[in-house]
Amino acid sequence: MGQGFVSRGFRGRRRPDAEVADRIPPGQYLTRDFPVLSAGPTPRTALDRWDFVVRGDVEAPRRWTWDEFRALPSETVTKDIHCVTKWSKIDTVWEGVSVDTLLDGLETSADYLIAHCDGGYTTNLPLEDVTGGKAWVVFGYDGDALEPEHGGPARLLVPHLYFWKSAKWVRGLELVGEDSPGFWESLGYNNYGDPWLEQRYAGD
Amino acid sequence: METTDADRHLDGNAAGGMLAEVFRFEATTVIVTCAGCGAAGPMAELLLYGHGMGQILRCAGCDTAVVRVARVRDRHWLDLRGARSLQIGGGQ
Repeated sequence: MGQGFVSRGFRGRRRPDAEVADRIPPGQYLTRDFPVLSAGPTPRTALDRWDFVVRGDVEAPRRWTWDEFRALPSETVTKDIHCVTKWSKIDTVWEGVSVDTLLDGLETSADYLIAHCDGGYTTNLPLEDVTGGKAWVVFGYDGDALEPEHGGPARLLVPHLYFWKSAKWVRGLELVGEDSPGFWESLGYNNYGDPWLEQRYAGD
Repeated sequence: METTDADRHLDGNAAGGMLAEVFRFEATTVIVTCAGCGAAGPMAELLLYGHGMGQILRCAGCDTAVVRVARVRDRHWLDLRGARSLQIGGGQ
């Protein structure tokens, strides 16, 4: 009896890791925690002073207050995330607004965007990597409001790229015709950051 | 004789002697002027945000990222765009 119990427990612990092995990109390890990496102090913008702007190569900028932003259609998505410092976390649950919704009907000739954040952080992305159901501006994590340490009130979520592209404390998207490296992209990190191709650094 | 742009500059290697004099110092005592607010003080008085991806030294007054350093494989990448100037030497 005891042996059977131990055997079931053993399999019970091993099976999940084996099942998710093909969801962990090369060079990454699985973590159950949610490590906090911040390159500066945590901004705490009051919600009545928060806004979100889409600007740049657009006919007219779009701006939402917090209340207007929260009134937009939102969705809950479950995604695996991969940090360039080598941790991966699976089945993370987020609530937010699809970038498709924010850009819906917008006329632009831009091919890239720069995400701008409280604290001065920036990251650059091809427009095609944030459209077509690939990116969100999220305000909820695991059923609760997104905590400031994790980028609240709202952060970008671009789960198919390394997590530095999922900019914390995001306040706007600037659509641009020419690509321009952001905070980490200009300091030796890869301009694109595909975890499955292990594009960690410039030249990878 | 007409001079061209090529006549007016030398290969960067020609600056090697001067650069070797400049980049030989105890960095924490260098006086750095923040490009954000103009405050000047020893680099040691900047605030260090140690980050898994790199080291960010910020102005204590305005949070500007004054010095950014990342170790990328066997190289260090240094970005000083947040520093208006460095005052090096002079018996700091």
